[in-house]
Amino acid sequence: MYNETEIIKDTTNLGPEGELVVNMGPQHPATHGVLHLVVTLNGETIKKIEPHLGYIHRSIEKMCESLTYRQFIYVTSRMDYLSSHINNTACALLVEKGMQIEVPERAKVVRTILNELTRIASHELWIGAMAMDLGAFTPFFYAFREREMITDIMEDTCGARLTMNYIVPGGLMYDIHPDFQTKVKAFIQQFKEKVTEYEDLVTGNIIFQSRTKGVGVLTTEDAISYGCTGPVARASGVRCDMRKIAPYDAYDRVEFEEIIETAGDSFARYIVRVKEMNQSIRIIEQLIDNIPEGEFVGKTKNVLKLAKGEFYQRVETARGELGVYIVSEGATTPYRIKFRSPGFSNLSVLNHIAKGSKIGDLMATMGTLDLVIPDIDR
Amino acid sequence: MIKLEQHLKNNHNRLLNNSVDNDTFLTMTNEAIKEFITARAPEAIYDESGEWLNMIVEPHQLKPIAAALLGQPMQMDFLFCLTCVDYKTHLTMVYHLTASTNRSLNLVLKVNLDRANPIIETVCELWRTAEFHEREVFEMFGVQFANHPDLRRLILEDEPATAGDEKKESGHEPKGYWPLRKDFEDPINMIKL
Repeated sequence: MYNETEIIKDTTNLGPEGELVVNMGPQHPATHGVLHLVVTLNGETIKKIEPHLGYIHRSIEKMCESLTYRQFIYVTSRMDYLSSHINNTACALLVEKGMQIEVPERAKVVRTILNELTRIASHELWIGAMAMDLGAFTPFFYAFREREMITDIMEDTCGARLTMNYIVPGGLMYDIHPDFQTKVKAFIQQFKEKVTEYEDLVTGNIIFQSRTKGVGVLTTEDAISYGCTGPVARASGVRCDMRKIAPYDAYDRVEFEEIIETAGDSFARYIVRVKEMNQSIRIIEQLIDNIPEGEFVGKTKNVLKLAKGEFYQRVETARGELGVYIVSEGATTPYRIKFRSPGFSNLSVLNHIAKGSKIGDLMATMGTLDLVIPDIDR
Repeated sequence: MIKLEQHLKNNHNRLLNNSVDNDTFLTMTNEAIKEFITARAPEAIYDESGEWLNMIVEPHQLKPIAAALLGQPMQMDFLFCLTCVDYKTHLTMVYHLTASTNRSLNLVLKVNLDRANPIIETVCELWRTAEFHEREVFEMFGVQFANHPDLRRLILEDEPATAGDEKKESGHEPKGYWPLRKDFEDPINMIKL
């Protein structure tokens, strides 16, 4: 399998003429973070891409080993900073599972709404940034107009716009803002009106289409073998939505579709994300008028201690399946914690799908993988 | 409700036809999986106390067992987590497996390794996602993966800053710079509270 991949250990002595090694990043506008790609080119054709990671490695896993089960949630907001609510949810769910904490219905519903708002915000940012990488500047402003409304809702609810730390073991940190429902409804209304603008600007754009269709094709078998999840895998026809496979919070009581495309190219990945935003709106609409009254946080002990054993919790972030694996020795801190981040596996497929294509297409391929570097480096 | 009815109907049809088709994995219980593994690795140890079935196999059995799980009838083609745990007396490699066609079937495969000389066969050829994950385990725990196509550091810098001095003083490679091992101490970048 690897015979076709030639591994160049010594980049100073490259074989025949015409081979060129280009360092893309760590500071590059299209990587949206500090990702370093060593691209080996033959003319304009990519021969090999070698990602060098770790520019933003903070050893979060080691750090968590000395943080208690209340504290370690704050660190996870800094992992995938565009899905911090969802990262917090994963950790809270794991602690609740390990300690059999009963979560009030109100908290479950609010968590689901916030998770879906986060997903929309993340996809909005992705659409804007991705279109900008391909040379279309306007969609960025359109996308940020709606995203701004979500960040405002987040600010009202939990005081932060990016690293929320709002979801805690047992429920929520505090109750929702009195204006929460009104603001979310206003957002839904505006989003529904304006989402067609993206379609006009981006989806139907012939330049965008010709730059993404048939570019960076990922087959179903490879998507599974490389452990891809989220929109990347779903664009290749893999059913992998954790909200359907193992429903958590209020996902078992809402109706939504798992978006599946079969083309596997960059355009399919784009379509999956746009359609997913509409499904998220559908989920929020079902829940926003039905937030149950009552407590927002369940009864928990002051000091949380997980039973001796191993726990695993999977959630669906905007980028794919986030897994949290904890080995507990019965203490107040985890003995070992592992974050299986979606970006890490999605990045590993980049060399495979970009090999043989032109350097200009790398932007479209990499853009549609939706890489968030702190999530990869941890 | 509809799902259950459909499932029962499918089951019914299968029983009527009395044939083994692709749906066999639906009926794969823990007992059946244990039987399947015991036939290939008699010394395997099982643990069902957690959410999923855990099994510990010997290092030399990992590759054949993994290949058997990937093949019929289970087709566990999705390796969704690969990591290592340092238990101070030994290292444990942990492989979380599932089938992409049947995500309710989850398995945890474990291998205990000698802490002084941890070496194990790579599973890259079976699940290609293992390449990056094994590189991460290699640099964080010092586990050597035999036959890995490209075993280099992935996240950490190429050589620790202290390695050069240590090498100069003692004349040989430093003992190890494996941050996720329990006995790791870094006086400069303190990560313990």
